[in-house]
Amino acid sequence: MKKQYIIRLIAFLFIGTVIAQQTPAPKQTTDYTIEGATAHLGNGKVIENSLIMFSKGKLVFVGNATVRIARRGTKINAKGKHVYPGFIVANTTLGLAEIDAVRATKDFDEVGLMLPHIKSLIAFNTESKVVESMKPNGVFMAQVTPRGGTISGTSSVVQFDAWNWQDAAVKINDGIHLNWPGSFTRGRWWRGEDPSLKIDENYIKNIEKIATYFENATLYLSGKKSPKNLPFEALKGLFNGSQRIFIHVNGQREITDAITICKKAGIQKMVLVHANEAEKVADLLLKNNIPVIIDRAHRTPNNDDDDYDLPYRNAKILLDKGITVGLGMEGSMERMSTRNLPFYAGTYAAYGIGKEEALQLITSNTAKILGIDKNYGTLEVGKSATLFISEGDALDMRTNILTHGFIDGRKISLETHQTKLWKRYSNKYKNQ
Amino acid sequence: MKKQLIIFLLFVFSYANAQDYFPTNTGVKTSKNTLIAFKNATIYVTPTQVIKKGTLLIKDGKVLQVGKSVTIPEGTKIIDIKGKSIYPSFIDVYSSFGIAKVKRPSTQNFRPQYNAERTGYYWNDHIRPDVNAATKFSFNNTKAKEYLNAGFGVVNTHINDGIVQGSGLLVALNPNSSDAYRILDNKSAQYLSFNKSKLSRQAYPTSRMGAMALLRQLYLDADWYAKGNMKNKDLAIEALNKNQHLTQIFEINNHLDLVRADKVGDEAGIQYTIVGAGDEFERINDVKNTHATLVIPINFRKPYDVSNPLLANKISLSELRKWNQEPANLSVLSKNGITFALTTHKLKSVKSFLKNLQKAIKYGFDKTNALASLTTIPARILGKSTIGNLQKGSYANFIITSGDVFDKKTTFYEHWIQGDKNVINDMNIQDISGNYTLSVNGKIYELTIKGKGTKQKGSIQLGDKKVNSTFSFKDGWIHMTLNESSGFTRMTGKPNFTSLEGIAYDEANSESVWSASKKAPKKEDAKQEEKKSTDTPEVVAVTYPNIGFGNITQPKQQTILIKNATVWTSEKEGILKNTDVLLKDGKVAKIGKNLKSRRAIVIDGTGKHITAGIIDEHTHIAASAINEAGHNSSAEVTIEDVVNPNDINIYRQLAGGVTSAQILHGSANPIGGRAAMIKLKWGDNAAEMLYKNNDKFIKFALGENVKQSNWGQFNTVRFPQTRMGVEQVYVDYFTRAKEYDALKKSGKPYRKDMELETLAEIINGKRFITCHSYVQSEINMLMKVAEQFNFKINTFTHILEGYKVADKMKKHGVGGSTFADWWAYKYEVNDAIPYNAAIMTNQGITVAINSDDAEMARRLNQEAAKTVKYGGMTEEQAWNMVTINPAKLLHLDHRVGSIKVGKDADVVLWSDNPLSIYAKAEKTIIEGKIYFDTKVDKQKRAIIKQEKSKLIKLMLKEKMNGGKTQAPIIKKHKYFHCDTLD
Repeated sequence: MKKQYIIRLIAFLFIGTVIAQQTPAPKQTTDYTIEGATAHLGNGKVIENSLIMFSKGKLVFVGNATVRIARRGTKINAKGKHVYPGFIVANTTLGLAEIDAVRATKDFDEVGLMLPHIKSLIAFNTESKVVESMKPNGVFMAQVTPRGGTISGTSSVVQFDAWNWQDAAVKINDGIHLNWPGSFTRGRWWRGEDPSLKIDENYIKNIEKIATYFENATLYLSGKKSPKNLPFEALKGLFNGSQRIFIHVNGQREITDAITICKKAGIQKMVLVHANEAEKVADLLLKNNIPVIIDRAHRTPNNDDDDYDLPYRNAKILLDKGITVGLGMEGSMERMSTRNLPFYAGTYAAYGIGKEEALQLITSNTAKILGIDKNYGTLEVGKSATLFISEGDALDMRTNILTHGFIDGRKISLETHQTKLWKRYSNKYKNQ
Repeated sequence: MKKQLIIFLLFVFSYANAQDYFPTNTGVKTSKNTLIAFKNATIYVTPTQVIKKGTLLIKDGKVLQVGKSVTIPEGTKIIDIKGKSIYPSFIDVYSSFGIAKVKRPSTQNFRPQYNAERTGYYWNDHIRPDVNAATKFSFNNTKAKEYLNAGFGVVNTHINDGIVQGSGLLVALNPNSSDAYRILDNKSAQYLSFNKSKLSRQAYPTSRMGAMALLRQLYLDADWYAKGNMKNKDLAIEALNKNQHLTQIFEINNHLDLVRADKVGDEAGIQYTIVGAGDEFERINDVKNTHATLVIPINFRKPYDVSNPLLANKISLSELRKWNQEPANLSVLSKNGITFALTTHKLKSVKSFLKNLQKAIKYGFDKTNALASLTTIPARILGKSTIGNLQKGSYANFIITSGDVFDKKTTFYEHWIQGDKNVINDMNIQDISGNYTLSVNGKIYELTIKGKGTKQKGSIQLGDKKVNSTFSFKDGWIHMTLNESSGFTRMTGKPNFTSLEGIAYDEANSESVWSASKKAPKKEDAKQEEKKSTDTPEVVAVTYPNIGFGNITQPKQQTILIKNATVWTSEKEGILKNTDVLLKDGKVAKIGKNLKSRRAIVIDGTGKHITAGIIDEHTHIAASAINEAGHNSSAEVTIEDVVNPNDINIYRQLAGGVTSAQILHGSANPIGGRAAMIKLKWGDNAAEMLYKNNDKFIKFALGENVKQSNWGQFNTVRFPQTRMGVEQVYVDYFTRAKEYDALKKSGKPYRKDMELETLAEIINGKRFITCHSYVQSEINMLMKVAEQFNFKINTFTHILEGYKVADKMKKHGVGGSTFADWWAYKYEVNDAIPYNAAIMTNQGITVAINSDDAEMARRLNQEAAKTVKYGGMTEEQAWNMVTINPAKLLHLDHRVGSIKVGKDADVVLWSDNPLSIYAKAEKTIIEGKIYFDTKVDKQKRAIIKQEKSKLIKLMLKEKMNGGKTQAPIIKKHKYFHCDTLD
């Protein structure tokens, strides 16, 4: 084992002699053939001893290596290895902040309550050291999402190998994010207020404000639109079905209210985010074809009496009800922890769902939910060649070791600020 | 008008009470020395000495004689109270009667304050033994009356503010007298708590453990001062020394603090009387073992309003349970032989005291003990023999009642204090309550009279229908009016033995006779009533800890044989396939093939993996406080003082295969507090969880947290604010510790200082440092400081730039305990890399992976596995980072951290390779006891569900029956991190 490590280290040190800032790869010009790997297609299917070929950024062959067909371009022998579609994460502030404690680096929360016109894409930092650290773990794409307020703003889907945000954009302004109010309130005990949990008397008022806002937007959009109202203009896509609304909501009452009000307002495509207790109103979700973005598996249960593994079983509970589930990242240390996305899926797999089903949470399901499934999320002919080769099971941290990564057929660098420091200091001790 | 009369009366009384030697200008001098005898009463001289048909003779506010046959001198006023009872007045030893609530002065200053405001006193403003309640006392007539009505005749009052609060005042609640007579003792006891004074903003102590350390140091300093060693004047210490002989009454907030307070007292040779929190039943043995006399409040919570299921679902089992279990607290205390007094403290209104006590009695609390806890016990606590009983020479403080003082139906008539009468309910008002057959105008009605004294009210029925009527009973006369379709009927009359009779007037004003004869009470009603009152309510079982997933009984040590598993030894033997492990007497007894044991429980380990329990070098779970942030050094505090065995995270981490954890102080200051090393023995108490005879550690910290970089704009005044200053903090403290140690070793007298004692232990190699650290400059710095004082840093924790100075660390001989992949949350972790553990390991450093986080600690196996990915550690190397390596860093590798014969049987059975993301801990064993088992966990889940619905049903029932409810209290679990300022 130890020997293997040394070999790998030496190989690494020779191959990757200190590269400067990770450079985005140019457009795919030579074709690639990956042969012999176990291919996890992202749609639940697995092909052992697979053959995958792509050209000009698109997959041109996905099948069995026993098929007699001409191999194209650069051949990669991936026997014993595994191929996956690039992982996609929803609802993250990746690229919108660099260091939590340094205010100057934070760009995800704008002043105001109703900000549909605020767009995350223009602040997305393609040179972020945190963003680049996603790639060696197979996380290649994200829905970059603003935070705060009632309507936080508009998100976009990006890929992580780009010179600037224009190049990074995969789906511009894909969705609008609404933070649904909670129906309970409690006093701040540390300020001497009554700590008991009560029904929030303002809840109805709060949700009526949202309903009225949507109503006014509809009226504005069906009228002369003069003078211009930027926030209302930004809501247009919700009513014509070109954009989704991502409702960040918890609790069965709140979920029911949110769906009812958004539906009444004429919003066509809804997605729930977090959605604690969604299983209790599963029928409502199914009837309206509403998927759910759940949180990372690695979190503590909400209540002392909850089963210790309740967060780990979150995916299983919703999938059992027939709900489409994707994985998102919101909460403490969300940006740097996003690289653990595959391991959250792995944990969901350990607690009740199949490995390929778990893989779908971070590939095809998320692609569907974000509306990019035409090109991304699975390894199918005609789709983007966004994929990677791993030494082993990519949902397990021991074997999630990438040898090759491709975004739109471009062979991307798997180097990061962190790998550079690794080599720099390994060399220091080697040379001492 | 009434008010004026009262004032006038008061004046008359106070005049009558004027002190002997006071001049008089309003008439001739008279004195009050009336003899009064109460005859034919049941007299409770003490709770156990009861005289039936006895006589109580009082004079000058004291008991002159009491007994069956008392010679009554001539000129005695004789009051025959046949059939009534006399009880000694109750005493409340813990009140704030007559003392205005201390309020925090408002301020616009948000900068923290580190120094004391007072000069000439102790260095800490929260130590106020010099305060005396008498200086702030003002007798409150309204409150006094509330107490008298509830049976309390004497209260002990104090200023509830600060850690040492000064002396209190013992007051007889005599509204008819003056302070000259009512104040029985102006230095009745000294009061303490863990809460800071509202009158000072001085930061220290910010935590429970800080308050404990402060008290310890105070007692040391008081001793040093008493011996005349201090050059300066300290009025606080002088007062403390003067108050030493007083009863020391310590108020705490929960049963954990009760044990903590007692420990601090015991160490100083003081047995505190402890004011409990009403939750003593949750760990009754620990409470019993303090041998402290307690003062217990009975502020039972109302049932929660659970009619909204969405809200009810959010209430934790522990909160639901408390509602059900609290009323049994007194009974539990009593059955465990614990001596305690009762107090009205924490009750919103004194009025509810008796009602709550009646509830406690219904829940099994013995009435004789109840009376003792209100009379003789509080008297004993205060060292007073003339209150709380009616023996000859005691104060004539007593209640006259219609019967059993704790019976709901009993009427309190009079409350005599110091020989002065206070009427609660007029004794001469006849009790006419009952059911009567009323005949008037040839019609037969039903009359029901309910209530007590002048508040007796009647209602009238004709057949099944209620008749519109009025009723009053005043000055012995009954007045009734009936309003029927046939017209008004007015009646007046008087009671006559078992009947009522009088004259009725109809609308035409023609007179007739009416009478009402009392009906014998229905047997069934009486029976049902009796049954209702004797039924002991159902109390759900207490678990350890008393929350969901707690144990009803603790796991027992077993002989366990796990067969045919893959054994990760964490020793040079490596990973052994198809191997058996025998656990016996809490140790690993045998490792091998085909092991046999007759007595052992056999577990089939086929396809499974056995490892040593995970050891977390850096955690903040299971603690009631983490940071003492009031000073830049807090070496005097120890987390061992504040281990919290009731934290659900203990259970959750057992479910992640963790068996041992070091609870570290936070990183609020360069020199933090001492650490606590525990085994996660879920259900055991704090003392049982702590390792014994282990090497002791202390937490140090470097970087942004200690220089308060992210504490906001106001926290910029404490030294140090830069890494440069951090170094000087260390050099300063170690220089002083060295000098201190030298003086101590010289045999000359020295002032014992807990902080320097701890630092001297480090210099002497008796205590070891684990230091929170990030960037290479500061890591180098601390190693240099240590070398300057001839010791070594034991462990750098976090150590995220350890990879940059691994060679220097190796040379110094320090270990590293790091995160697998955390970074970018602060500027100083910008260069943190997940390859850190691998690089340090490759340089020969002992490396552990720790959590510092309640969530991550649930899956340290996965964190260890990340070192395989990042830096290519072998699986064995990775696994050692959460087992034998942290054991080495903690100097516990001779006991835990690997599967080796003779070591503690701290073992985990995994469903899969423990480094696999798919692995689950199925059984977690500590010293041969199974503390976590997935099968038992399933049962516990079912029990929680059942018990919750049962309790919710009981609460709903109470609400439906018209009981008052309260909004549920749903506490959010507080998670501690390094930078949590508690």
